[in-house]
Amino acid sequence: MSTRSLAKEQPASFAFSSEMMERANKIIAKYPAGRQASAVIPLLDLAQRQEGWVTKPAIEEIAKILSMAPIRVLEVATFYTMFNLSPVGKTHVQICTSLSCWLRGSNEVVKACKEKLGIGMGERSPDGKFSLAELECSGACVNAPVIQIGDDYYEDVDYASTGKLLDAFKRGETPKAGSVTGRDGSAPAGEAITLSEKPTPPAKQDFSAAKAAFEKAKAEAAAKAAAPKA
Amino acid sequence: MPKLTIDGIAVEVPPNTTILQAAESVGVEIPRFCYHDRLSIAGNCRMCLVDVEKSPKPVASCAMPVGEGMVVHTKSDRANKARGGVMEFLLINHPLDCPICDQGGECDLQDQAMAFGADRGRYHENKRAVKDKYMGPVVETVMTRCIHCTRCVRFATEVAGVPQLGATGRGEDMEITTYLEGALSSELSGNVVDLCPVGALTSKPYAFNARPWELRKTESIDVMDAVGTNIRVDARGRVVLRVLPRVHEDVNEEWLADKSRHACDGLRYQRLDQPYIRKGGKLQSASWDEAFAVIVGKVRGMSGAKFAAIAGDTVDAEAILALKDLATALGSNNIDCRQDGAALDANVRASYIFNSTIAGIEQADALLIVGANPRKEAPVLNARIRKRYLKGNFPICVIGDVGDLTYKYESLGANPDVLSQIAGGSHPVANALKNAKKPMIIVGMAALTRADGAAILATAKAVADNCGLIKDGWNGFNVLHTAAARVGGLDVGFVPNAGGKDTRGILDGASKGEIDVVYLLGADEIDTAKLGKAFVIYQGHHGDRGAHRADVILPGAAYTEKDGTYVNTEGRVQRGLRAVFPPGDAREDWTIIRALSEKLGKTLPYDNLAQVRARMAFVNPGFAAVDKIQPAAWKAFGIAGSISPTGFDYPVKNYYMTDPISRASRTMAQCTEEFVLAGQQKTGTHG
Repeated sequence: MSTRSLAKEQPASFAFSSEMMERANKIIAKYPAGRQASAVIPLLDLAQRQEGWVTKPAIEEIAKILSMAPIRVLEVATFYTMFNLSPVGKTHVQICTSLSCWLRGSNEVVKACKEKLGIGMGERSPDGKFSLAELECSGACVNAPVIQIGDDYYEDVDYASTGKLLDAFKRGETPKAGSVTGRDGSAPAGEAITLSEKPTPPAKQDFSAAKAAFEKAKAEAAAKAAAPKA
Repeated sequence: MPKLTIDGIAVEVPPNTTILQAAESVGVEIPRFCYHDRLSIAGNCRMCLVDVEKSPKPVASCAMPVGEGMVVHTKSDRANKARGGVMEFLLINHPLDCPICDQGGECDLQDQAMAFGADRGRYHENKRAVKDKYMGPVVETVMTRCIHCTRCVRFATEVAGVPQLGATGRGEDMEITTYLEGALSSELSGNVVDLCPVGALTSKPYAFNARPWELRKTESIDVMDAVGTNIRVDARGRVVLRVLPRVHEDVNEEWLADKSRHACDGLRYQRLDQPYIRKGGKLQSASWDEAFAVIVGKVRGMSGAKFAAIAGDTVDAEAILALKDLATALGSNNIDCRQDGAALDANVRASYIFNSTIAGIEQADALLIVGANPRKEAPVLNARIRKRYLKGNFPICVIGDVGDLTYKYESLGANPDVLSQIAGGSHPVANALKNAKKPMIIVGMAALTRADGAAILATAKAVADNCGLIKDGWNGFNVLHTAAARVGGLDVGFVPNAGGKDTRGILDGASKGEIDVVYLLGADEIDTAKLGKAFVIYQGHHGDRGAHRADVILPGAAYTEKDGTYVNTEGRVQRGLRAVFPPGDAREDWTIIRALSEKLGKTLPYDNLAQVRARMAFVNPGFAAVDKIQPAAWKAFGIAGSISPTGFDYPVKNYYMTDPISRASRTMAQCTEEFVLAGQQKTGTHG
């Protein structure tokens, strides 16, 4: 991770679209009066969804909406790596290269992406359609290696399947998110290798003697209660 | 009241005290970087770790409230080892460039590394490097040295009220910066340099000038505004290199305004270091005897009514008293220390001082500001208002157009006549003041220097009387002065008695030819064009407006070059000490007047400072009580009249240049360029 700062080239202005503004107002309304600064992260996210990245005018606009100092919004925007501070491609490909994914072959995935897209890490393709970035642990280690495209995780990828995925995106398709090998969530890949035998039913027990003893005690208690007091 | 034991000392402290504060109260010092008394608690440097019995790990004492029966060890092996570890972590990325660092010799990190650091590091990786940031003309940055204590961020946000500093990025990439690297636009920005525990933020004008052990430190009083900030003047040889604040809880706490701190380089330029006489329209250097001879030739035998004297804004009370005695001896009653023409009544002390006191602001619960801009006129006092504001329940109303004061206020418009409505009780603010327990009004010079100043003063008094500002043990009527010498001058009585001329009268008289000789004692803020054909004697330390018009110049001493008494806006008598000698032939001001009086045959009855001060105490016993405020009796003052609806014309238009010293200062010129003239088109002769 390198030092995060605002991009040099910035648009002149920013304004939330009416739909985004409506969503923003709903979020701000969740917090008590005077605490609207709490909405800064969701609002930055909305701005990023609208523009693709967080621009300087967006930071200033959000600061104005939430009555915060612009530096306070900038602090948040630079803290979270999920906020893109410079323009990214329409398809933003993030490859997890943290330990689990690396052990499972993320180097090959990186290689596939670089070859397929013809760009390096942190770069954007000239047509603006693709960009490539490194992702710190995506928290899906059980399905490593993982790449994140947009909001979706594509899991269990390797050199070949990454190529296919990117080809699909190049054709304008959106492949189904999740494991590309078809396993269900984080269920074991392939056949289950544990707990494969049939479960043993519980041992059979004879409760009739216990039941008879219980009935007898109950009847005796009832007879005792019914008998006249001596 | 929890009881606890710290290093074997039993101590009982109020609840919610932190371990660090409790330790401090019994004299146990705990090292720290991020913790600061006057800032919120951050708890991020971890240097203050202490060992608490029954606690599984060391505890950050700055953020840990005390508990009943706690047993704290601040010097145990575990505490020392923990601090050693923290120090080692801090030094992973700190460049050990002490030999070229300005903080060297007064650096918290250096000192504490001596106590807790190892003699060598165990980390062989490259240290991180951080790009230096621009923070304005007075703060130099070497951000690689930063240890991220965030004291500066908290100061800017909390005390100064300009949330422009912040920490971007995270982890190893965290950087302290202003938003988009703009200058820190606060009048208190220099204080972040004092707060910085390392050499990340240092003073730009003082960069690479001296080491702290080379400096001679003299305790003095600041004269750039009327707050009377306690300062320490650091000088090497005959040069004042820097000015730092001293702690005075009732005046400045430990803050110092930028002008007071950084205008000291003005003491080196444009100095008057020998007497001058105007011959054939040109000022020519002369000896003291020649200069005195010219004055004696002009003044001796002249009618006293044709002599006038005006005292300036930064003069010490000793010189003002000597000049008053001289004018009296010459039979003149045309004396005035209010060169801005403020309608202040010297007979009623309560009418011209800040009665609530600066520390008293913290007890107030409602404030009305009339014709004052505390942010520009007294930044340190403004910080006190902001401190009170942050505690909440402090409605602030302002009459006049003052812009951003670093706190929210209700603007009552620019028309000063609103004050009459408040006095009459017809304005809602009147009720707000009446309902408050300790309401305050601050009247500024913008209100009092107008033609209707006396009427505004009278109306402000009516507000004080009618809205319950005057109570047992509380006087909510305050005048905020802009000049350090003003209250001292009024206390000495440097104002005309009945029949005498005040500043306006003197200038009118001079232009009409009724006044022949005008003695300007450091008075530069008057309209010198109005002095007409009068013979002008200028006594002062800088070749400024007064000296340009003068016929004879007597070189005096600046505030760092004399032992002087100053009375601040609250009426607190304070004494500054001489840090360096005046340059060349210049002399301490009262001695010049004393020498001249002898030549004029009216020898003043004092030969040394002790005798002058005895005379001062005789004229006004208050002068004998140093660092005390004499409570002033509440009497009638002001002249009722109508208030004109025009808005206030504020006296401090450029905060960075208000007196001869700051006008001569290069640092202040840079600040003016950065903050006041920003956006102005640069011309061919620019830099």
